[in-house]
Amino acid sequence: MDLLKKLDEDELINNKPINEKDTRKQSFWEKLYIPELIRGLFTTLRHILRKRSFTIEYPDTKKELSPRYRGEHRLKIDEHGRMKCVACYMCAVSCPSYCIFIEAAEAPPDWIGRDKIPSKFVIDELRCIFCGYCIEACPKDAIEMTQKIPRVYTKRQSYIYDMGILLNNDGDRSDWILEEVLGPHKKKTSKGR
Amino acid sequence: MLTIIYVIIFCIGIIGFIMTVAAGATLAERRIAAYIQDRIGPNRVGPFGTLQVVADGIKIFFKEDFIPSYVNKPIFWLAPIIAFVPAIINLSIIPFGSISWTADDAIVLADVNVGILFFLAITSIAGYGFAYAGWASNSKYSLLGGLRSAAQLISFELGMGLALISIILFSGEITLKNIIGSQMEHGWNVFTQPLAFIIFLTAAFAECNRTPFDIPEAEQEIVSGYHTEFSSMRFGMFMFGEYIALITMSAFITCLFLGGWDIPFIGKEGFGSEVFNVIASVASFLTKTFLLVFFYMWVRWTLPRFRWDQLMTLGWKILIPLGLLNIVITALLML
Repeated sequence: MDLLKKLDEDELINNKPINEKDTRKQSFWEKLYIPELIRGLFTTLRHILRKRSFTIEYPDTKKELSPRYRGEHRLKIDEHGRMKCVACYMCAVSCPSYCIFIEAAEAPPDWIGRDKIPSKFVIDELRCIFCGYCIEACPKDAIEMTQKIPRVYTKRQSYIYDMGILLNNDGDRSDWILEEVLGPHKKKTSKGR
Repeated sequence: MLTIIYVIIFCIGIIGFIMTVAAGATLAERRIAAYIQDRIGPNRVGPFGTLQVVADGIKIFFKEDFIPSYVNKPIFWLAPIIAFVPAIINLSIIPFGSISWTADDAIVLADVNVGILFFLAITSIAGYGFAYAGWASNSKYSLLGGLRSAAQLISFELGMGLALISIILFSGEITLKNIIGSQMEHGWNVFTQPLAFIIFLTAAFAECNRTPFDIPEAEQEIVSGYHTEFSSMRFGMFMFGEYIALITMSAFITCLFLGGWDIPFIGKEGFGSEVFNVIASVASFLTKTFLLVFFYMWVRWTLPRFRWDQLMTLGWKILIPLGLLNIVITALLML
């Protein structure tokens, strides 16, 4: 019976070129509506009985993010333990939302080959639009965006990340609860020597 | 004295039962809709989302009951009640089971002689509620939704009535429990009167304002139609009333077409013991009702909405002639 044959077709795809007019007329069975209704009911029944669901049950399961995902910022440290940033202001200039505030200072004398480091490096994550221009602008590969989705805080002040937070920002997500309870991050000093 | 106590307990039982089932139906609708759409419905709140119903109930109670200043206050106050109460009244005549597996000992709250007529009459009253709601809201679009609902209801009542006439012809009974009795003898009406079943099912979808006939509350077009201006518990009564009407209509269809509490291969004496009879009959009745409720929800998320003129064409130009044809065929075959 051709009703059964129709059940196997994929009803969405109709391989005709767009300019051609669809001149199919409704067959007698289609005009009755009830057989088509039953076909439609079988389609939805198939969906009910399928085990596939697109829901990601956050926070039990988290979505897999790509390595290029643009999350919160992080300042990087080189192999000698010094921060890579040289306070060249390139990221602050390229930011479309003007959310990076830098103040330069002289590097410590025993940091060989370094002229300036930032004394103040503040990113306002609320102003940030997570475009990634600052990452592309940095000549020293000193700033990157982690896979941390910007969290929920209770105060606006918590979103203003200073240098201490930015240097330490590669913890995993389970420590955000600790931070809300215990207070801001403990500052980690860069190992200068 | 004992009968009064029995009646009161039965009343409380039925109202408690229907409220629970209607609340569960809201959750069931969301989960079935979700599974059809390849996602999961609410499953966080309780085991399988059962406490979601409680959460929704609490939310609706605590919302602000906002009465706009320009509404017609007596009718605004009355409309949700008229939409809500007839659905529960209809439940009183439905036989849920049988003590001795015959029609005479049916478990029914109010054994009305003219069961079918009573049902049709009370269902018509609910239509007033929708029309009142549309009028009292003092808003063009709500009025449109309310009038469309009223028009839809009266159009499809005719089809319903004609389908019912052929059943009455065939079984010779009007009381609901006797119709079930005749079905136990002659086979379920869904097999002996298939056309009446289809007509009645279509009309029942329209009576409950369910997709594909849900123009009055067309969610994407006129905000919420006639219940836009109602908030908190007033809206809750409309929503709940709709689900209760759904369940009541499913129970009615089960009585009329699916043989009520009848199980296919069980004979006239049932299971022997009375207690087991009661349990089995009520369980089979409820199973059929819930399957039909599932069917309602299944169809809702499958079909697109009918256009208004298509709906009216269906009600007047298709269902009524088909109903009349069915009566003629039934009468001829009974000769």
